[in-house]
Amino acid sequence: MIELRDVTHRYGERVVLRDLSLRLEERRVAVIGGNGSGKSSFARLLNGLQLPSAGQVLIDGLDTRSDGKAVRRRVGFVFQNPDNQIVFPVVEEDLAFGLKNLRLPRDEIRARVDAALARYDLTELREHPAHLLSGGQKQLLAIAGVMAMEPAHIVFDEPTTLLDLRNKRRVARAIAELPQNVVMISHDLELLRDFDRVIVLDEGRIVADDRPGPAIDFYERRMA
Amino acid sequence: MILSDYLPGTGLLWRLPPGIKLLALAALGTLLLAVPLLDLAAITFVAVIALYLGSGLGWRVIWGILRPMLLILAIVAGAQWWLFDALSALMVALRLAALLLFASLVTLTTRASDMIAALERALFWLRPLRVNPAKVSLALSLALRFIPVLGSITAEVREAQRARGLERSVIATAVPVIVRLLKMADDIADAIEARGYDPGNETSRSTGETRP
Ligand SMILES: Nc1ncnc2c1ncn2[C@@H]1O[C@H](COP(=O)(O)OP(=O)(O)OP(=O)(O)O)[C@@H](O)[C@H]1O
Ligand SMILES: [Mg+2]
Repeated sequence: MIELRDVTHRYGERVVLRDLSLRLEERRVAVIGGNGSGKSSFARLLNGLQLPSAGQVLIDGLDTRSDGKAVRRRVGFVFQNPDNQIVFPVVEEDLAFGLKNLRLPRDEIRARVDAALARYDLTELREHPAHLLSGGQKQLLAIAGVMAMEPAHIVFDEPTTLLDLRNKRRVARAIAELPQNVVMISHDLELLRDFDRVIVLDEGRIVADDRPGPAIDFYERRMA
Repeated sequence: MILSDYLPGTGLLWRLPPGIKLLALAALGTLLLAVPLLDLAAITFVAVIALYLGSGLGWRVIWGILRPMLLILAIVAGAQWWLFDALSALMVALRLAALLLFASLVTLTTRASDMIAALERALFWLRPLRVNPAKVSLALSLALRFIPVLGSITAEVREAQRARGLERSVIATAVPVIVRLLKMADDIADAIEARGYDPGNETSRSTGETRP
């Protein structure tokens, strides 16, 4: 379970998240909102990449402030820009990176890399230089790299912005089948229709928190 | 960047441990420089060509490696001819070409990550100097990954500037490129952290200590 207690976050003087208190227990939670509303900042708080200026963030009872390392092991993170999260020059090496960090046995690493390649249709690209992938292929690789680690929670920051329709559906299906808890930030409202809960942010405040139908309607009216 | 020119394959050369290939390269280099004989240079050159052909890497690959080096080979051989004679010019040219081809053979048949892992193991003796081989090897991987990105960022910035009517200007290009690189470095550091990288653990593994 993810819990925020009186969380406020600032960059310098600028307050980007105000006084949030939340318990996320559902399996699929989405966060939507306009550009600059604080979604990415919210996401980065969840795995301790950023510590709140005030308040507490707890992941399964672990405080991101004091248990950063353990939190990052429990929370996988797919960033907005795939370019900067692929750290190895070759596709399969990059997939193996997170798995090596988990110190899994070699066979297990190989098996998971193979499975991830197959699942995201990257098998033919396994020895491909990462910098020659298309934008969408990079995004798939970034997603595959995190999913292969099988963390208890996965946070996605707009994971489908570069994907074509088929790959968007592929990712949507993969997310639907995930046994883990998912927090997804997205501008792609279609993707969120079968989520359990949708939170709408505006200028760092929660302005709606509901089932997808009503929350998305609210958001669409507000943006109109 | 020679290191990234790996060609996937399954032959004997691909399966040899990278450490052995690197050692062979060092030994061959030492031998050729220590024993400046035309016969030795010629035999080595022919042997290296034979290794290429025997591994299924044809003349096209060999030519692709030698062609960009022809000018340098010609200059070195020409100087040698002028200083000494035609035979020593031939010796020097064959020696240089043989070494170049052998070094390329190593990189063509060794995946960058395996090469880096071999280097990491070879660097363990740096640990008493507080150099962490795992960090060195991650740095090498990152360099391999992001050197091509540097090129494409520069091209993108140039394109964007040209689209808005700015022709060539080194400073006008350098500033946005550097700003983007700094931002990128920040993001990469975050991504590495988010994927659970912990150099402390890597170290114990690379020195061969057993894991629980
Ligand atoms: N590192 C930073 N330093 C200073 N200000 C920042 C930083 N990161 C974000 N901000 C500011 O915080 C606010 C919220 O940014 P955030 O990235 O969380 O928005 P977002 O909802 O993810 O937007 P988008 O939909 O465009 O991705 C913005 O006004 C932004 O300018
Ligand atoms: Mg964002």
